[in-house]
Amino acid sequence: MDIFELIKMLSQADGISGDEGNVRKIIIGRLNELNISYKTDPLGNVIADCKGKKTPDKKLMVCAHMDEVGLIATNVTSDGLIKCSEVGGIDNRVLLGRAVRFYKSGVCGVIGTKAVHQQSNEERGKSVKTQNMFIDIGSSSKENTLKKISLGDSIAFLSEYIELSEDFIASKALDDRVGCALMLKLMENEIMYDTTFVFTVQEEVGTRGAKAAAYSVNPDMAIVVETTTAADISGVSGEKQVCSLGDGPVVSFMDRATIYDKELYTLAFGLAEKIGIPCQTKSMIAGGNDSSAIHVSRGGVRTLAVSLPCRYLHSPSCVIKKDDVKSTYLLLKELISKVHSVN
Amino acid sequence: MDLTNILKELCDASGVSGAECEASAVAAKMLKPYVEEVQIDSFNNVIATVKKADKGQMTLLLDAHIDQIGLIVTAIDDKGFLKVGSCGGVDRRLMLGQQVTILSKERQRGIVCTIPPHLSKEGDSDKVPEIDDIAIDVGLSADKAKEKIALGDRVIIDSLFLTLMENKISAKALDDRAGVASIIKAVSMLKDKRLPCGVSVLFSAEEETGERGAQVAGYNINPDIAVAVDVSFAHTPDADENKCGKLSKGVMIGISPTLDKKISDSFIKISERENIPYQLEVMSGSTGTNADVIGTSRGGVRTGLLSIPLRYMHTPIEVIDLGDVQAVSDLIVKFILSLEEEI
Repeated sequence: MDIFELIKMLSQADGISGDEGNVRKIIIGRLNELNISYKTDPLGNVIADCKGKKTPDKKLMVCAHMDEVGLIATNVTSDGLIKCSEVGGIDNRVLLGRAVRFYKSGVCGVIGTKAVHQQSNEERGKSVKTQNMFIDIGSSSKENTLKKISLGDSIAFLSEYIELSEDFIASKALDDRVGCALMLKLMENEIMYDTTFVFTVQEEVGTRGAKAAAYSVNPDMAIVVETTTAADISGVSGEKQVCSLGDGPVVSFMDRATIYDKELYTLAFGLAEKIGIPCQTKSMIAGGNDSSAIHVSRGGVRTLAVSLPCRYLHSPSCVIKKDDVKSTYLLLKELISKVHSVN
Repeated sequence: MDLTNILKELCDASGVSGAECEASAVAAKMLKPYVEEVQIDSFNNVIATVKKADKGQMTLLLDAHIDQIGLIVTAIDDKGFLKVGSCGGVDRRLMLGQQVTILSKERQRGIVCTIPPHLSKEGDSDKVPEIDDIAIDVGLSADKAKEKIALGDRVIIDSLFLTLMENKISAKALDDRAGVASIIKAVSMLKDKRLPCGVSVLFSAEEETGERGAQVAGYNINPDIAVAVDVSFAHTPDADENKCGKLSKGVMIGISPTLDKKISDSFIKISERENIPYQLEVMSGSTGTNADVIGTSRGGVRTGLLSIPLRYMHTPIEVIDLGDVQAVSDLIVKFILSLEEEI
């Protein structure tokens, strides 16, 4: 299956942290097609054991998270509007003036604001806090709203998958459905060593799925397949760009939550050079991912994160470059074959 | 004709101030079956004659503006990102991370750049960028971007046409395509009726940048009386209730020192008589609509103003109630048919 078809299908599915069922269903469907055995754990993680040509001495776990950031309905006002809270880290400025979907019921709504004409000069220059926003589904009363949605319902961004050009694509939830798509793609062909692939839940609310999965899988080594913050945009230069689209997979030495295994880090760059793909590191210590829970699981797990550089993370429109998807796939494939050579 | 279909076709067409061609063409095509003559002038104004005035009859003009707010490309930087200015009163608090369409020769999609929360400093998310400070990512190199996009090309924020609960819809450009739709609907209802006056229709350009289309077309059409149809503020919890109308409560009849008192009174009388839901919108001077310039065209034109209550004005997710649009159409029809007695 074409990797970009997979990315489109997975990223357009709605699945915020703690409510990843739609994404899990697509992944399980694909695992069944590939005839790969899996189990779903108590938190909803999908753990798939993929047989390779050889059985290694050490156990390797490769993971990507299924959940995306979003909103959760917390209250309904007397005039039928819905109050909400963020699930995962969202800049409140990417919420105003958007459409959203309550994906259990399929109800759509919009996050509105009073007209710019009615704002004071001070108001025009100040962002609206999420707690002061409301979602309008067209209902005129609390009673009517509660016929359609319930408190606690999950809310996802309603935005399109766009091919900006031949090279770039934009969609919500590329963080981390791209990682999920890459893992499914890796499982399509026979791999060198037996590997456990884990599709985790609740990464965006504190890497909770990965914590449980790492305990159950009990790996010796782990590779986290992620997306990471590229700020290679207009007006940002030098190290502030963190990483750049088109410069290949991002392998970081450290972020806010993990110091990565030095040997695995070195191996990744060596392999990238050997197979002739670009590879970069992050020029800022920022962010975190499932590695934070995995590398300190049980007695410790040697961990590496391989990320796709991605612009506008946690917004309704993340942007990635197709070449990076291809080179990240090649590096991951090579890593799975060679990671067992590390002492 | 179904109002939802009319509105969807109108709102899907683009027509940022000064570049209204597409929207004007769609509106002209919709009018055609119901009018004697329709043309588009050099300002992109749509001017139609429903019926020429017989000798001794007055000519009544129905106006709604066809343009919508947007952005305009002012520069392309050396990385291929677009810099923009505002075209009409845009709300800069909702720009970041939006999906946009550049209305270049060949349409180009883009994303408004934003820095992800992982990289922002505390307090960053309170701030709102100036329009000068935002940039649009089109996934093209500077050379390719310059080849495909011209300075001066207009930009609109994308949004989907949504059907909400209780007869409401959400879309971009409902300001003032809702007004345009109400007039098209009214004119369709007048077909084969004996009209006591001449009736002209104007879908005017450049309202959002200073009511310029109506100024020149008002001169050319030279009506005796005029009715402008625009949208006005429907109350939301963040706005002052005293400065807003109410959604779903019917047509807003304008009362102002600058509007013709007899026309306003007649609107009220007819609404009462015909059971058309209405509310009053009292203003203390200029109305901020085309009624202002049409009223002072040539030697002066007696002018009335009808408004459709709308939530979230000048956002991509404006919300209206279809019943309010129908109320405007109904009132226009009854007003024209009883013009002899009333005015």
